[in-house]
Amino acid sequence: MRVHALLSAFVAFSLSVCIVCAQNRPRTSLTVYAATSLTDVFEEIRDAYVNVNPDVEVLLNFASSSALAAQINAGAPADIFASANELQMENVVDAGRVNEEDVKTFAHNRLTLIVPAENAANLESFEQLAENRILLVLAAEGTPIRAYTDAMLTSYDAEQGADFRARVLANLASEESNVRLVVARVALGEADAGVVYQSDALGDVADRVITIPIAERHNQLASYPIAPLIDAANPALAESFARFVRSEDAQALLAAHGFCWPAILSNVEPTEAPPEPAGKSEAEDDAPEVECDAATIKDG
Amino acid sequence: MTQRQLKTDKLLLFSVSAFAFLLLAAPVIVLLINGVNSRAWEGLPDSATILSAALLSFISTFAVVCLAAILGTPLAFVLSRYEFRGKRLISLFIELPIVMPPAVAGLALLLTFGRRGAIGSLLADAGIVIPFSIVAVILAQFFISAPFYIRSAQVGFSSISAEVEDAARVDGAFGWLMFWYITLPIAWRALISGMILSWARALGEFGATILFAGNLQGKTQTMPLLVYSIFERDISAAIWTGLILIVLALIALSLSQWLARAQDKMT
Repeated sequence: MRVHALLSAFVAFSLSVCIVCAQNRPRTSLTVYAATSLTDVFEEIRDAYVNVNPDVEVLLNFASSSALAAQINAGAPADIFASANELQMENVVDAGRVNEEDVKTFAHNRLTLIVPAENAANLESFEQLAENRILLVLAAEGTPIRAYTDAMLTSYDAEQGADFRARVLANLASEESNVRLVVARVALGEADAGVVYQSDALGDVADRVITIPIAERHNQLASYPIAPLIDAANPALAESFARFVRSEDAQALLAAHGFCWPAILSNVEPTEAPPEPAGKSEAEDDAPEVECDAATIKDG
Repeated sequence: MTQRQLKTDKLLLFSVSAFAFLLLAAPVIVLLINGVNSRAWEGLPDSATILSAALLSFISTFAVVCLAAILGTPLAFVLSRYEFRGKRLISLFIELPIVMPPAVAGLALLLTFGRRGAIGSLLADAGIVIPFSIVAVILAQFFISAPFYIRSAQVGFSSISAEVEDAARVDGAFGWLMFWYITLPIAWRALISGMILSWARALGEFGATILFAGNLQGKTQTMPLLVYSIFERDISAAIWTGLILIVLALIALSLSQWLARAQDKMT
């Protein structure tokens, strides 16, 4: 008989949990799909946004932009997409999930080489990746960081000889599914080197990795576009979050995390005003190198 | 109880069962239909990737099964024949990987055999680096799948009655001879069935492998890792690889069930 009592209690309990969960839906929720490199800063931006909009629950989903784009195109219930490159944003635009005119660039980033603090492989420059026998870890093909890295290797090829890329990739030990896993492999000391965003080398891991800067002429400018999805559950809310990310408050957080400001500061939203429609193309056309060089970032 | 009540009871029983079955079977069936509909075998764009993953999977799982047989058989024999203090605790440790989250297993392996790990740092001093190599793949798969073999072998050895071995002993069979001519011929079905199960589990291993061995085509990218790596870029290749894995799993499962039935009939 005790078994029966237990069983009934269990069934009753699971049913009531289901009912409570179903009723306990938060007021309004907003689901943000963001590139892994945005993890730390978007958690802070979320907190800042929720401070202003206490009725909104913001759910963050981080993965590589390529994985997020694939999920969105497969019908994942996202309200906002923040990508680490334009290609993955174009993918969701092409699939009809985002309106092209809603896409706004909100941050830039640079690449850097990181090695473990003890630097067992004695690496001092990016060029040495092609010489030494080392364990190099990169993000998997398709991810934005890998696309930028490949573009950078092509640029090095022109200067270092055509087999530079091949010699670097011969040292490849693993391809991680996102950039944060590359950081983890290096911070753990399992890998000798990894190519990540400069923003990734700050924060928690800063004292476990050494950053080796990459020559300006080869380094790539990463651009982060954000857009609300066409079928967001609450379009006005989604739009307000996308606008918040480009507000001065959020931009200050981004700068503190090692991202650079969009080239044209006028592109940054004064917290209340409506967005400038022409902002995006201006930001891309004009020389962001000035805004995004190493010196500016140190100040931030 | 009235006839009508009985009828509704039966209806409830069968509808819940049908729902449970659908929940389990639908994803596999949908994957199969998807593969057939999209003619995944025609648009096989990057078959070199699949081939190298398949080759790697076969080499590593073969090594794992051999290792499990060589190291696991004595262990299973000891556990089935001897009583000693702490045996329960040892059994618990051996079977833990079966229920342990594989990602946790990968983390544990990394902390043990990684370059800075407890054992890995000693190996690194000797110039041996395990992570990112096929050795790491084999270690991860062994850790997760060997318990299946050990458990099955242990059950097989325990099913042999003491009388049979006593009779053999009277006839002068001892030690290795006894094992070779008496124990093994009786327990072989359990051993083979255990090998097949542990092979299938090793073939499907994902979490521990990707955490401990990394993911690189031709080096550590086994078939499950390929499915994960490729699905966002090339869904048909992912489905294709998935279908291969499902078919292999089906074969392994049928074989081991058939062996288990044969064993039951015999005893």
